[in-house]
Amino acid sequence: MTVVRHTKQVALRYIRALLRQPAWVAISLVQPVIWLLLFGGVFKRAADIPGFTGGSYIEFLTPGIVVMLAVSAAGWVGMGFIEDINRGTMDRLLVSPIWRGALNLGSVAQSVLSIVIQSAIVIGLALAVGARFDGGAAGVAVLVAVAGMLGAVFASLSNGVAVLTRQRETLIGVVTMVTLPLTFLSSALMQQSLLPGWIRWIAKFNPVNWAADAGRSAVGAHADWGLIATRTGFLALVLLAGAAFATRAFNSYQRSI
Amino acid sequence: MRAIEASDLRKAYKGGVVALDGLSFEVEAGTIFGLLGPNGAGKSTTVKILTTLSRADSGEARVAGLDVVRDADRVRRAIGVVGQRPGLDPEATGRENLEMQAEFYGLVGSERRERVTELLDRLGLADAGGRLAKTYSGGMQRRLDVALGLVHRPKVLFLDEPTTGLDPEVRGDLWREIERLARDDEMTILLTTHYLEEADRLASALAIVDRGRIVAEGTPDELKSELRGDTVQVELSESANGDASMAVRRLAGVSELSVDGKLLRARVDNGAAAVPSIVTALERDGLSVASATIARPSLDDVYLRHAGRSFEEADAETDNARKEAA
Repeated sequence: MTVVRHTKQVALRYIRALLRQPAWVAISLVQPVIWLLLFGGVFKRAADIPGFTGGSYIEFLTPGIVVMLAVSAAGWVGMGFIEDINRGTMDRLLVSPIWRGALNLGSVAQSVLSIVIQSAIVIGLALAVGARFDGGAAGVAVLVAVAGMLGAVFASLSNGVAVLTRQRETLIGVVTMVTLPLTFLSSALMQQSLLPGWIRWIAKFNPVNWAADAGRSAVGAHADWGLIATRTGFLALVLLAGAAFATRAFNSYQRSI
Repeated sequence: MRAIEASDLRKAYKGGVVALDGLSFEVEAGTIFGLLGPNGAGKSTTVKILTTLSRADSGEARVAGLDVVRDADRVRRAIGVVGQRPGLDPEATGRENLEMQAEFYGLVGSERRERVTELLDRLGLADAGGRLAKTYSGGMQRRLDVALGLVHRPKVLFLDEPTTGLDPEVRGDLWREIERLARDDEMTILLTTHYLEEADRLASALAIVDRGRIVAEGTPDELKSELRGDTVQVELSESANGDASMAVRRLAGVSELSVDGKLLRARVDNGAAAVPSIVTALERDGLSVASATIARPSLDDVYLRHAGRSFEEADAETDNARKEAA
């Protein structure tokens, strides 16, 4: 299948390039650990707030950190496209008979793979410091999967913006402006019922919140499969739209050169 | 048979910069065709449109008999492209670069491995195939770029300023390789260049592009023979605009006279015969001559004649326009 072969080839290219940068590998392995310990330490007492039902804060926080790292890692994926465009590599790919969708999907696949690895590290560390996930292995798999889907959404958007603007500065601006607020406008770091009403309202439309809710429910004692299914469905729809946007962005790029 | 047909291509960029202004030309299959022009003349835009990377606002183009818009995917299978900027992936080895490229053209398994090895050998990269492309010298990177364009044995090869930035020795090697491709592989090659000598040496036919249009077309010899005689260039000891042209204009067989400061240029039927009389005429009017040279017509002269300015002037104009825009 052309679609799969081309996507795999593009993904391999990006993965190979990342693995050849040991500093990047080290940072991306250490970063989620820092987040978990830092947020876990700073907000430890959140578990004492009346109305907090999530067990220990670390147990509550782990799915949130997994979701957060997915968003923040995926946001930067478009940088690779900007480099490819500036260098001329993208033009060479665009005049070859490569399936257009493979350019975005291959780069998304690389991003999802790093997210899965980073998530595994966070979850492993949480278990090591005493967190217990009643949802078991299946629940954890669902959490990692929704984080991967969320990462794929943001990676696609990042790629689309990269192709349309072709400027590092613009992408940095967009990513910093979008990812952090979306993380805080969700239940990633704080229980839904303890959030102010306006944030709860906005969170309903926030993909980060969908992923946090679904992931947290899946690893909890009483997984709400209806909620998990609807949130996953929403994420799938946004992912389709995002991938279409990233692939179509090339048409606009090619018209402009 | 024609391998490339471009007809009345027009394209303007955002901000109203007209890149192509009704450009048309045809390339016979199996030949090397040169698009010659200064920076900003529209050469690269033409290549982008013909290789399906970009689209013209209007006009039509066919490559290998296929329409570049309606049959874009089949055109892509028929062409190889070596762009102005390096297309290689610096974080991958030479071999990995070529293998990825081969994959996109449907080459698999042992056929792919053999083709990649063959290309590495042919372009003198056999020993460097396992090294990251970013460690290559400029000439090696260029050769890898060419190899990437050849992976699928294209019928038509586009080379956009292939030797820009290379030192003369490397440039010579690449010229020989390009000649070999046209001769042994029966490839049609479209070459853009702003080196006059490169067009002269490689192209069997060429078109001179200026401000988005073709201003002259033919074989290098045809174009040069359009210019009768030789160019005489005289350098005076001191600047003397009016006097100098008055003195020389009276002589028989002198045409296209121009004076710029101390420099006087004229076209004459026979350079060797004309120089003494030009020098005598100038000195009779009290102007002393520092040097005099005779040149056979070059493509630069052809360009000067058709575009109304020299190559360097046109390049400088584009550079200034770019600076103003920035």
